[in-house]
Amino acid sequence: MNRGLLIRGGVILVLLVLVLVAVPELFGSDWIFTFTSVAIYAVAAAGFGILYGRVGMISLGQVALLSIGCWIGARLAYATSIPFPFLLIFTGAITMVIGVLVGLPALRLSGLYLALITLMFAGATTVVLSQIDFPNGGPGFTGRSATGALTTETPPVRRPDWGTADSAYYRYVVIVAAILFLLALVHVAAKPGRAWASIRESEPAALAAGVNITLYKLWAFALASFMTGVAGCLLAAEIGVPRAITFQTQDSLTLAATALIGGIFSLWGALVAGIFNQLLPFLFQAQWGVNPNFLLVIFGAGLVQVLLTAPGGLIDQFPKDMANLGRLIARKVPVTRQAALGIGSILALILGIVFLITVSPLVGVIVVLLSPILAAYAVN
Amino acid sequence: MVEIENLTVRFGGVTPIDGISVVFDSGTCGLIGPNGAGKTTFFNVMSGFVKPAGGTITAFGENLLKMADFRRARWGLRRTFQTEMAIEQLSVFDNVAMIHEHSGAKRATRRPDVLSAIEFVGLKASPKAKVGGLGARERRLVEIARAVVGKPRLVLLDEPAAGLPDEETGHLGEVIQRIPDQFGALVILVDHDMSLVSACCQTTAVIDFGRLIASGLTADVLRDEHVMRAYLGTEAEVVPEEEAER
Repeated sequence: MNRGLLIRGGVILVLLVLVLVAVPELFGSDWIFTFTSVAIYAVAAAGFGILYGRVGMISLGQVALLSIGCWIGARLAYATSIPFPFLLIFTGAITMVIGVLVGLPALRLSGLYLALITLMFAGATTVVLSQIDFPNGGPGFTGRSATGALTTETPPVRRPDWGTADSAYYRYVVIVAAILFLLALVHVAAKPGRAWASIRESEPAALAAGVNITLYKLWAFALASFMTGVAGCLLAAEIGVPRAITFQTQDSLTLAATALIGGIFSLWGALVAGIFNQLLPFLFQAQWGVNPNFLLVIFGAGLVQVLLTAPGGLIDQFPKDMANLGRLIARKVPVTRQAALGIGSILALILGIVFLITVSPLVGVIVVLLSPILAAYAVN
Repeated sequence: MVEIENLTVRFGGVTPIDGISVVFDSGTCGLIGPNGAGKTTFFNVMSGFVKPAGGTITAFGENLLKMADFRRARWGLRRTFQTEMAIEQLSVFDNVAMIHEHSGAKRATRRPDVLSAIEFVGLKASPKAKVGGLGARERRLVEIARAVVGKPRLVLLDEPAAGLPDEETGHLGEVIQRIPDQFGALVILVDHDMSLVSACCQTTAVIDFGRLIASGLTADVLRDEHVMRAYLGTEAEVVPEEEAER
């Protein structure tokens, strides 16, 4: 165990305790609810990061898997009285089987074709869920009561015994998310992670190195879908009464975009993705009174910005840009035109969001759109 | 010893390997031929990427073609590629360790084995350094380290010196020459650099248009007139000596 790893582990542990203890004291219940969703979607983004960042398989069906996990979690919660941790594990395991089945085409297809297939899977999931909707404690396989429409009598999906209140449940979700992140880290740092990196670099070279490509590709799908399934079950208990209308096909695309913006090579990037995906819409709608659909413009511009200038995402590039900005201001080192444009691009994104909120949506969108243009020039 | 018997590969109407029979005995053996002669296709058959239309490959008494592609590494087959394929995301150590962990070698020996493979190729970079930050020469050495770790039996090197300047090719040649003694593996070296092939290989086989045109001691093979013709141009009429004098 080296010192750097210990220090990093210590810092993370302190941060985790802060997030667990201080946040529920400082924020109101609607904030806590949002932070719970941030943790859940960060796990789903981490699943996307494993598939695309580690193995190079692009999957646009991660939110569909999340909704499937949500459905299975709700169904199991109504059908059984098993303790909540087992509910999470069983939901994860069933979602894992489905995720591996979805991943089977990945053994033959890659790139655009795999993206299309997983997107179609997301579309199909939306269609099926809109037909059968989520269980509400009724009988039969679908678990829908005969009365159809939800009533106030519909019992919500149960939560763990010591996490029934929103703030307690928030703590529960953060801990489970941390465990799932740890699970992902252990995989990436060990034999599967090295095999994935090898597949990502070159499949023939991986084969020549003795990597069973079929096994490790499906393993990645299994891990990502297990994590997403558990996150879905957490989501079911968070919402209480999940509805099909909550999950749209495009959410899978938004998740992929935010995961890429946050950074697919690190779990911090997944956390940033969770914040972009859940906290920003909440801030826009509930706090600042701006239509959250403007976020789609920001995500689009941010995605181009990141894809052009920062393959490691904001989590990788933002500190570098800020360091460059510091040098530019201090005039210590001559900053290259490229770095200056990169800084300009990221500042345009941030300023655009600020203008969108404070001045007017039109001005904000115009400034936001400057970001990818500057990024394009930064690449030349 | 690797015995290739009547090996044939067909891609539709093209026959990149056409009934080759050759024996690679021991030490470091060369495999040369002009561009498109079928050298890389031959390696791809050995790796299991290409299924031959006919023929057998017997390696140390075992039928290589019957083994699943990814199991051949565990058996002891190693190879490098024309374009270097060390894994950028991983450190030097992890690059070599990942071969070791799929080779069937004991986990307890991983660290010493990996470090000694890195030392064997004479890589100066830290084992913790990311391969993405290394230069072309160092990446080539990482590839050689990957090819010799974890009890290799048959090492296929596909143009390991491609893109390297002469003085660095010299060091690479020294490393390649030491592989058979150090690890007891048979090395088959494909390269266009004849000085590298001459320096490393006691015996050499030459193929052209998918057929074996010569094999034997490297010095003899390189003087063979069929070989010279294959390199200078196809079977163009050789000008009779008297005519040439006039």
